[in-house]
Amino acid sequence: VENVRLLDRLSSRKSALGTLYLTATHVIFVENGSETRKETWVLHSQISSIEKQATTATGCPLLIRCKNFQVIQLVIPQERDCHDIYISLIRLARPVKYEELYCFSFNPKLDKEEREQGWKLVDLNEEYNRMGIPNNYWQISDVNRDYGVCDSYPTEVYIPKSATAHIIVGSSKFRSRRRFPALSYYCKDNNASICRSSQPLSGFSARCLEDEQMLQAIRKANPGSDFIYVVDTRPKLNAMANRAAGKGYENEDNYSNIKFQFIGIENIHVMRNSLQKMLEVCELKSPSMSDFLWGLENSGWLKHIKAIMDAGIFIAKAVAEEGVSVLVHCSDGWDRTAQVCSVASLLLDPYYRTMKGFMVLIEKDWVSFGHKFNHRYGNLDGDPKEISPVIDQFIECVWQLMEQFPCAFEFNERFLIHIQHHIYSCQFGNFLCNSQKERRELKIQERTYSLWAHLWKNRTDYLNPLYRSDHSQTQGTLHPQMAPCNFLYKFWSGMYNRFEKGLHPRQSVTDYLMAVKEETQQLEEELEVLGERLANLQKSQLNDNKFKSKQQDRSKQLGLSTSNNSLANTPQEYSNDLKSFPSRSPSQGDEEDSALILTQDNLKSSDPDLSANSDQESGVEDLSCRSPSGGGCLPSEDSGKDSDEAVFLAV
Amino acid sequence: MEFAELIKTPRADNVVLHRPFYLAVEGTLCLTGHHLIFSSRRQDNAEELWLLHSNIDSIEKRFVGSLGTIIIKCKDLRIIQLDIPGMEECLNIASSIEALSTLDSVTLMYPFFYRPMFEVVEDGWRCFLPDEEFELLSSVTDEWRLSCINKEFSVCPSYPPVVIVPKSIDDEALRKVAMFRHGSRFPVLSYYHKKNGMVMMRGSQPLTGTNGRRCKEDEKLINATLRPGKRGYIIDTRSLNVAQQARAKGGGFEQEVHYPQWRRIHKCIERFNILQESLIKLVEACNDQSHNMDRWLSKLEASNWLTHIKEILTAACLAAQCIDREGASVLVHGTEGTDSTLQVTSLAQIILDPRCRTIRGFESLVVREWLQAGHPFQQRCAQSAYSNSKQKWEAPVFLLFLDCVWQILRQFPCSFEFNEQFLIMLFEHAYASQFGTFLGNNENERSKLKLPQKTMSLWSWVNRSEELSKFQNPLFEANSLVIWPSVAPQSLQLWEGVFLRWNRPSKFLDEAHEEMISIIKYNKELQAKVNALRRQLAEMETDDRMQENL
Repeated sequence: VENVRLLDRLSSRKSALGTLYLTATHVIFVENGSETRKETWVLHSQISSIEKQATTATGCPLLIRCKNFQVIQLVIPQERDCHDIYISLIRLARPVKYEELYCFSFNPKLDKEEREQGWKLVDLNEEYNRMGIPNNYWQISDVNRDYGVCDSYPTEVYIPKSATAHIIVGSSKFRSRRRFPALSYYCKDNNASICRSSQPLSGFSARCLEDEQMLQAIRKANPGSDFIYVVDTRPKLNAMANRAAGKGYENEDNYSNIKFQFIGIENIHVMRNSLQKMLEVCELKSPSMSDFLWGLENSGWLKHIKAIMDAGIFIAKAVAEEGVSVLVHCSDGWDRTAQVCSVASLLLDPYYRTMKGFMVLIEKDWVSFGHKFNHRYGNLDGDPKEISPVIDQFIECVWQLMEQFPCAFEFNERFLIHIQHHIYSCQFGNFLCNSQKERRELKIQERTYSLWAHLWKNRTDYLNPLYRSDHSQTQGTLHPQMAPCNFLYKFWSGMYNRFEKGLHPRQSVTDYLMAVKEETQQLEEELEVLGERLANLQKSQLNDNKFKSKQQDRSKQLGLSTSNNSLANTPQEYSNDLKSFPSRSPSQGDEEDSALILTQDNLKSSDPDLSANSDQESGVEDLSCRSPSGGGCLPSEDSGKDSDEAVFLAV
Repeated sequence: MEFAELIKTPRADNVVLHRPFYLAVEGTLCLTGHHLIFSSRRQDNAEELWLLHSNIDSIEKRFVGSLGTIIIKCKDLRIIQLDIPGMEECLNIASSIEALSTLDSVTLMYPFFYRPMFEVVEDGWRCFLPDEEFELLSSVTDEWRLSCINKEFSVCPSYPPVVIVPKSIDDEALRKVAMFRHGSRFPVLSYYHKKNGMVMMRGSQPLTGTNGRRCKEDEKLINATLRPGKRGYIIDTRSLNVAQQARAKGGGFEQEVHYPQWRRIHKCIERFNILQESLIKLVEACNDQSHNMDRWLSKLEASNWLTHIKEILTAACLAAQCIDREGASVLVHGTEGTDSTLQVTSLAQIILDPRCRTIRGFESLVVREWLQAGHPFQQRCAQSAYSNSKQKWEAPVFLLFLDCVWQILRQFPCSFEFNEQFLIMLFEHAYASQFGTFLGNNENERSKLKLPQKTMSLWSWVNRSEELSKFQNPLFEANSLVIWPSVAPQSLQLWEGVFLRWNRPSKFLDEAHEEMISIIKYNKELQAKVNALRRQLAEMETDDRMQENL
């Protein structure tokens, strides 16, 4: 469809005219005019809602909201076209079969071997070995082979040695969806462990001997402690209500030596509504400070984040400081339990704060233990009530920790944002389906690619320059501030306003430092070369011409600029009063944009993989603030660079 | 008066000092004329705390049996607690502190007694003189002149002796304009934008009154800043409503009929007690240890502090936009032209002028746009967030300015030569200092107090390399561009370095900062080494060649 206008959400004055294309996998908007043709790509699987608004004189507006928090506003001249697009998108955004998803057509031009290699990058058995398991207390169990006991669990689970198959099966019958207690994390220093399960089917009085033995076995696997904590991550009221349905929570009297604890994390419906409210705040057009803070407050989002963090902190403390094992559950044990176990592991073990370790962590606590990715993130058309930002919250918890411990994580914010993006993109097979069983049936590993390999290949983009493996912050358990420091939890504009680049810091400290470090590395190399040459020269003063050309090359490279500040030095809409004032040549308008597109094009030609989803690219650009064309801050380019008109933002 | 008279108990032993995030320490408390000194006697970990009396905002006493407790709340927002055995001693000490921290006379303040322990390399009182500024200006334009009309502070008591005005306006006309402007603050040059020759002027409100008085000289003066056929903007820092109300009291604003070449824009920046109350509420919220997540955000909102930040920044960005983008000259004023006006003009310069983002440039900006421009520091900074006095003239105007600078610094972390510590240091010294720089309300008072002769300048201390290194931003790379900050609520944050400084452990953030410095330092060292080696090689190679040639 031609002559479509793409509106800038924050400024009614700025819009781009272009052509809209629908492909099997993407919505693509290509701007007219500028030579470089700015493109906006949106994956169908990212679309969360499409809204057709009342037709106006200029055309028919179409609002597309994406799961990665991008909002696209289009105006289509013909009502009929708009309707067609609307209908097509509604269908395309809600695939009914897995085979329709992008990962089955996505081809990064890797050969079979590379693909298989990619899937092997994260190996959970290796991970349990790293924890020191199997050992005297824990063993791998094949009780769930062929998913016979629990179809949402992995085939290989780790359980206490003293728990026989009989106990496991018995316990599983007493747990929601047969999700029996299994090991999530083991601390080899003190034998304390984190186990996870679903709620017991205790009702008002039911009990199960095998389940009691199972918990006993977990306690015995930690000889240093004479009790275990049982943490129910639900609010007490919810857990009590569950009793009426024959579910519920452990009665301390029936289980020997447990300490039972509620931690009130709300359920998926509350969280979904909370996010919805917060996104409404993010979408406000020029909100006042009060609008924003009130909206943020009323959404309750940060309160929920804090609740998850508090639960993680409680467990990490129990394990690290008290040396007590913990059994965590919520209702089904695949949402809040996953959040809390992974936050606790992250706090406890520095390995999970490395890039590789973080991949392992998500694979362990989320993917393998049957977090329902398909339902929660709406990959296939399904029940909207199943959708909830569960892993988004976990990812935000990590970001909040990164803010408090800037040196503790090997990866940076971009890494988190890209993982979030791909949980929804369905470009890689990792997060397809609701369980390991379904993924095996679909032969995901043979038919799709692994995100981890992709991220690993580009790992230099995701490094935190402040991370040093020998730094004190990277060692041992992290001790975040507990209450009353609520002000430690902040709104994450890098995620929720990710596509409004005007809102973010215009220069990125991370990228600056990465550039410095890169230069440092080059310098180190050169120092070595020069040292050798000096030695050589001193040895044989006679033949000296060899290196000359090389030296010159080097010095050219070192002129590299570490500057970041050319991006979008444009004023915003500070006053409506200015509108009536004429002036401003529109011809000035394109310089900055074209600079941005140039890099996109460069990336496209050089990296076929990235080019396939350039909506992700724009995310990269937003975040990185890297000087798109290199030398934006050179004095000579001064006025030219910043003279274009405005990413006009809220007043 | 002798300080000794005020000090009833000069010394108390076995005093216990409590601070957040530190273990309680036992030691001795001494009171001197200007300091409260606490020193612990522990051998392994001797430490001393020196607190200027003038830094004390308020004190509270409590008694449990004979153990007295004094809670001292400082202007830098710190709160410390001293447990003093003996009721009488405690009462004496409390009343002494109260008396010493509320001395009436400026000349009794510490700066008049302070003897520097460092060598003065460059006298700060002689830096940043108007002549230097004018010299810079004359190198790019000859449309301006330095007027000595206010030599004896006879025309405008709150202006410096010399000001920069359009060349075409003579002193006689200036005198008439002064009569037409509130507090005689006639429009003067604040900033000249080299890129396009546009200027920013500042003054106070015109005294139009209800019957629309006009002043031809005033019109002529501000029109003199316009290019032929061009229009300019008047940014009034009050809402239209407030500006209209001001007419009843003899004030007012420029009427379109008399200033046809100017467009007036009203921006509402709050003043006086509204700001002070905002600060009090904000600090209360930050110190509240009990609240849950919910109440924290609503308290932050209720303080309105960030709303003020947003308003001020928006007005400053607007001024900068008019100058740089619209190619128009700007006149900024509110009522007196000593508060919100200065916030706007100084922030606009930070946005527009890369020089103001260097350490010296920023110092010069503070001197020009705040000290010489007659911001009444002594009145505004008399009390801080813990005051009970509620005087109308107390207001955190300068702190708001520093906060706005911090917001821009956060958005452009590589464009400033100074770091957050530099801004915090200025905040501290504006409220309590051993230096005379921020004493007095204007140049007139400063000259009467003979501050340059009798006290040390803050700049003499800061601009020594030992101190400067603490305030340098390791990420700085000169950026000659105009920097446009975002004023969206998502982009503005609470300045934790000031408001949560004493309420949160900063260890991890400090470590991150150190790491950053060491990364950059190592890079610089390597660069130096490589360059040295290259030179050495080049020399050897030339030697070789010469030998060959021989």
